[in-house]
Amino acid sequence: MPIQYYIYLCLALFSIGIIGVLTRRNAIIVFMCVELMLNAVNLLLVAFSKMHYGLAIGANPETTVGIDGQLFVFFIMVVAAAEVSVGLAIIVMMYRNTHSVDINFLNRLKN
Amino acid sequence: MNAIILSALLGVVMMFSGIITKNKSNITKIAAVGLFLLLVANVLNTYGGYVVHVDTHSLLNFEKFGLFFNSIAITATLIYVLLSGKEIENVGVNTAEYYALIFFVLCGVSILSSFNGLLMLFLGIEIMSIPLYILTGTDKRNLKSNEASLKYFLMGAFSTGIMLMGIALVYGATGTFALGTTSISPSAGVVKTSFLEVAGLLLLFVSMCFKVSAAPFHFWTPDVYDGAPGVFTSFMATIVKAAGFIAFIRLFDTHTDVLGPTWKILLAFVIIATLLIGNITAVFQQSVKRMLAYSSIAQAGFMLFALYSNNDFAKEGILLYATAYSFATIGIFAILIKMKDYTFDGFNGLAKSQPVLAFANTVFLLSLAGIPLTAGFFAKYYMLASVVKTGGSLWLVIVAVVFAAISVYYYFRVIQAMYFKEGEPETTTITTGFKTGLVLLAALIILLGIFPSIVLNYFYF
Repeated sequence: MPIQYYIYLCLALFSIGIIGVLTRRNAIIVFMCVELMLNAVNLLLVAFSKMHYGLAIGANPETTVGIDGQLFVFFIMVVAAAEVSVGLAIIVMMYRNTHSVDINFLNRLKN
Repeated sequence: MNAIILSALLGVVMMFSGIITKNKSNITKIAAVGLFLLLVANVLNTYGGYVVHVDTHSLLNFEKFGLFFNSIAITATLIYVLLSGKEIENVGVNTAEYYALIFFVLCGVSILSSFNGLLMLFLGIEIMSIPLYILTGTDKRNLKSNEASLKYFLMGAFSTGIMLMGIALVYGATGTFALGTTSISPSAGVVKTSFLEVAGLLLLFVSMCFKVSAAPFHFWTPDVYDGAPGVFTSFMATIVKAAGFIAFIRLFDTHTDVLGPTWKILLAFVIIATLLIGNITAVFQQSVKRMLAYSSIAQAGFMLFALYSNNDFAKEGILLYATAYSFATIGIFAILIKMKDYTFDGFNGLAKSQPVLAFANTVFLLSLAGIPLTAGFFAKYYMLASVVKTGGSLWLVIVAVVFAAISVYYYFRVIQAMYFKEGEPETTTITTGFKTGLVLLAALIILLGIFPSIVLNYFYF
């Protein structure tokens, strides 16, 4: 499959994530949209990794080009997991004090 | 390498020290000793002494610039812990954990100062940011702290997403995560997809602007700095921000030629917007804490000049600026969090009741404003001189000087309140040790203002 399809798919997923972050008011959904952005990047990295491998294999059958892209994906997964744990803890802390996960409450406190 | 390994280990040590001892001031002492060890290890590293030798496969590149910045950051943290340790103990019950998080942030800072590829940039930013989200929210019962923490977290995660997209696009175009190299050769029959690289670099630029709170991506900064507990705001606004700039400069050191002349126009726009929004909004603030948040945006505008000129002079300048700005801001925050009232009126008549505090505060504020004989003057001088050295863009220097003049207004409002207004400022108990520390820090800032070569010469040896 041409690489363009992957790029379009990833950009679409990424844009859905960005629009979600900017428009939704529920902290959990905003958070899910951030995760969607990260996963779009994961998919794109894997696609690019495969593309670079495919380009290099013709010249050298033993090549390891593209392996770093897939390695990066694992790091993104680990960091995303760490971020989830901290982020959910923060949301729970907020819920305990306000009994809501609506981020409009953030603007209420602005002076 | 020493700093990265040791700071991570010390973070774990701090967590266990919370189990061993319940005495909070002992924990602060352990942290101060740990920071001192870290500083020694890093200085050793600068001169070729390794505790452990690790082959990083060129993911990290330990050069003088980064290692020296580590020393500055660790020294600033040490000063911060010595001056504000009492307040860290008073934030909540988990003192040991706060220090552990501070050490983890330092680990991220040391990665950011010597990364050699986009993978390490990403990891460094995240290791630095995630503990900060927690530190911002440590005042658990306070709604403002909750708000700040959630806002910081969502903005941070969002900008991380943008950064990752930028990294992925750059990878697609160049086939490597290393800085400033392209592994795709034209002979392989591949047309260089430079559109992807340009788009990726722009996304990276936007996300780094988020991290260093440069306008127009600064909107989270005042709320987060205002809502976070004062001690941790001090840490965020100084060491972390300076580290963000070091990463920014290392990242765009080599990549700018891809962007062409548009790069300078884009950067000039961001610099002017940052200076404008930071300085003008700071004028209208009633709370000193919020004023300092906007002042940190304004100072970020000055630090961006190092990125703009991008020469050796600028690299020396950014180190001096990081030192001058961090030391002065840590001092001001140390005094501010001793006050009961954070507004300008809260400082009324401080010179009568606490002359030492008022004097030290004056030195710090003068340094931030860039008055000669303080470190801030030479810091600003080096930033502007580096732009002059590049040849063009003199108009940008003039704009910067005008905004520096505006900044004098809001810094002097504090001085005016302390010396020329009557009032009974309420402070928490102030020990002699704290006063001595402040006077020493003020003396250090004046010393740097007279002999900036103390910092700059070190860079060459």
